[in-house]
Amino acid sequence: MSRSAREDILARISRAVDGAPEVEIPRRYRATARVDDLVGLFTERVGDYRAIVHVVPEAEVPARIAGIVAGRRMVVPDGLPAEWTPPDASDAGPADPYTADGVITGCAVAIAETGTIVLDTGPGQGSRAQTLVPDYHLCVVRADQIVAGVPEAVSRLDPIRPLTWISGPSATSDIELNRVEGVHGPRTLEVLVAVS
Amino acid sequence: MRVALFITCVNDTLFPGTGKAVVSLLRRLGCEVDFPAAQTCCGQMHVNTGYREEGVRLARHFTEVFAGYDAVVAPSGSCAAMVREQYPKLVRPGSRGAAAVAAVAPKVYELSEFLVDVLKVEDVGAYFPHRVTYHPTCHSLRGLRLGDRPARLLRNVRGLDLVPLPGAEECCGFGGTFAVKNPAVSSAMGADKVRGVLDTGAEVLCAADNSCLMHIGGMLGRQRTGVRVMHLAEILASTEEVKAS
Amino acid sequence: MSATFIGMPGNFPKNSAQAVQNSQLRYNLRKATHTIRGKRASVVGELPDWQELRAAGKAIKDETLRHLDRYLLQLEEAVTAAGGHVHWARDAAEANRIVAGLVKATGEREVVKVKSMATQEIGLNEALAAEGITAYETDLAELIVQLGDDFPSHILVPAIHRNRAEIREIFLDRMEDAPPGLTDEPAALAEAARVHLRERFLRSRVAVSGANFMIAETGTLVVLESEGNGRMCLTLPETLISVVGIEKVLPTWRDLEVFLQLLPRSSTGERMNPYTSTWTGSAEGQDFHLVLLDNGRTDVLADEVGRQALRCIRCSACLNVCPVYERAGGHAYGSVYPGPIGAILTPQLRGMGSELDASLPYASSLCGACYEVCPVAIDIPEVLVDLRAKAPHGAAERAGMRVAGWVLNDQARLAAAQRAATRLRGLVPRRLPGPLSAWTDTRDLPDIPEESFRDWWEREG
Repeated sequence: MSRSAREDILARISRAVDGAPEVEIPRRYRATARVDDLVGLFTERVGDYRAIVHVVPEAEVPARIAGIVAGRRMVVPDGLPAEWTPPDASDAGPADPYTADGVITGCAVAIAETGTIVLDTGPGQGSRAQTLVPDYHLCVVRADQIVAGVPEAVSRLDPIRPLTWISGPSATSDIELNRVEGVHGPRTLEVLVAVS
Repeated sequence: MRVALFITCVNDTLFPGTGKAVVSLLRRLGCEVDFPAAQTCCGQMHVNTGYREEGVRLARHFTEVFAGYDAVVAPSGSCAAMVREQYPKLVRPGSRGAAAVAAVAPKVYELSEFLVDVLKVEDVGAYFPHRVTYHPTCHSLRGLRLGDRPARLLRNVRGLDLVPLPGAEECCGFGGTFAVKNPAVSSAMGADKVRGVLDTGAEVLCAADNSCLMHIGGMLGRQRTGVRVMHLAEILASTEEVKAS
Repeated sequence: MSATFIGMPGNFPKNSAQAVQNSQLRYNLRKATHTIRGKRASVVGELPDWQELRAAGKAIKDETLRHLDRYLLQLEEAVTAAGGHVHWARDAAEANRIVAGLVKATGEREVVKVKSMATQEIGLNEALAAEGITAYETDLAELIVQLGDDFPSHILVPAIHRNRAEIREIFLDRMEDAPPGLTDEPAALAEAARVHLRERFLRSRVAVSGANFMIAETGTLVVLESEGNGRMCLTLPETLISVVGIEKVLPTWRDLEVFLQLLPRSSTGERMNPYTSTWTGSAEGQDFHLVLLDNGRTDVLADEVGRQALRCIRCSACLNVCPVYERAGGHAYGSVYPGPIGAILTPQLRGMGSELDASLPYASSLCGACYEVCPVAIDIPEVLVDLRAKAPHGAAERAGMRVAGWVLNDQARLAAAQRAATRLRGLVPRRLPGPLSAWTDTRDLPDIPEESFRDWWEREG
């Protein structure tokens, strides 16, 4: 009887590493980055990806959203805070992502140093398809969701949830290794940072 | 200080002028220079071409010849890097000759390292009134991490106009037997290096390794560019009284 | 259908000798690699702890490899617990059989693909075609290669050898729905690809991907990408099949904090790539299959020096900085893994039985630029030199090196040889015959001196 591929591979591995030295992992890199102005750094870095970014006082967010999405049919995911829901979206129900003009979401966490927002499909963040298929994505980030660096973000996230890390609009570097924005994902990313 | 000169087989055979320059420079700086005649080759060509056994034999020979000196100075970044970086991997700890490697390898210095770090001189009293560009060579740059030591020495040479070489950190394409095993790519890399040298308008291309200079210089000569190549030691040895040839 | 490298004739010196004469290729590669070098250097320079991240990345990968069996079992358990299915494949044929079987079981005859080195390595597209299944590449560069019946020439940007004008021509010739007025503006080319693939994404029910990382602790797979084609493939189809090399596992979720900093900055020279997707088992109700691929990796693992190549995270920083790659181009390496990492990975995965594979360890001047930029500190020159010791050597070279070793091992023999050379000075022709012409074709020889240094020393020293 021949062994299964699984048994074979596992046996080959244990033979291959037999007697190899044990390894210690040095973690002397920054676990937390010191950033004085999280909102400032985050917006600068998001802007570097040629995303549109605004810093808005929390109380003014609903009006800003209404102004930005006026005239667009937006996907409104379950659990989006009522005050962020565009005024004309409630009666029509959530739009079909395949025909909608855009999608509005919150996020799970945002990273200042890399200008990244992370969605975890939680309340107000929609399914992965809802935030992918529409050509326009409006994301509202609360200032207290912004962390300095990648390590803080990783520790805040739940790996069991499907995550999408978004750093700017879709882009490609495939033509002469230069970045061009706008391929299959949303071609326009607009970020509202709500500050208290 | 008992200083031994490791001339290297390439310099010994093809570029004796570099060796003479090192001797005169070090004596000028007050060193007593010894040349252990039993020395031959560090073994780099054999090891890097895939002939490890011969290489190990040459490495053992090297460590026997140079045992007991306070410092071993080599006018070659590549050969110094071979001894310091590769010997400890080649002659594994616990195997025959490993103790000798551990004792000798750290005492081997490339010339500019020896001058700046051991003798603590940056102005060696040289005179060389020419426009010079410097190619750092890979094993000096990324192996030994010589940094700006050679440049500091050159900037202190009276009359010398040091001009930066565009794309300096890029390999010239010599690479030992790479130059003949992959002649097309080697020459293509050399051609780009030559272009960088010509862009500087320098009359002299300087480096701390004659093997790289043999390759670049061979191309500069073939193309009749009129740019000559000189080892760092020859420029540093040059004075108003005794000019470099 | 893109061509496959398997059984490619030639050797690196011959292949690259043709490539260096191709002015367009030289220009394209020089421009692209110099652009990306600058971008990488600038974003790496931003991080004060880059060397610490690099040391951690190296050690995490070494730890993974040291206990790879344990981590794979842990991964399998976690993926299965999260509703996924795990398959094991010893080699390319077995992996291809598994994938073809899974696709057939869905009743589909088409799959969309996210760019994946592992599936290229095993020739999955060709194997699926033989089973009547069409695989559509959706990454822009892969699409360019596939449409042009071409070979990939770079790990990250398989069409790096093509410039915008050539890409436009390929689209106009081969893409049935290319707009007639298509310009060579990169944005216009990207838009053409977007329109071309849009319907395919929305229609496809099966996707095949690779993965950049797999987390043993949680069973999570991670894919980094730019265009959103990855998200389309990973998210929309009902069935997702991921083919991943066994060395891609990381022990813990936390380890991602290191690699999500190392990879984007090393790869595209960005602080972060546009999109990273992570999923664990069956996400949002998807049918998920993970195919764990060995295909020679356990052989590499058994080699004490060579196993460090398995730390590779496929960033391609070593290609972008390599002076040999820049001039020879990716095709000369005859493998889906070109450049410095290819020169150490291909001969280990495939062996050195062919003339091409035996020439790869020599496709380097050992300049060390690759080691310096490698985010997981693979000492590529060390592995190259180690492989050279294992490579087959020609009889003439062997004899020559033996004589040279004999001469160099003794001062008297060396001195005698030097004096013999001195006697011949003046007789050496400007162009040498035979294999030595490789030097004199493009370079003058140095003059042989009147006497060696050692003879001068004995006389005057």
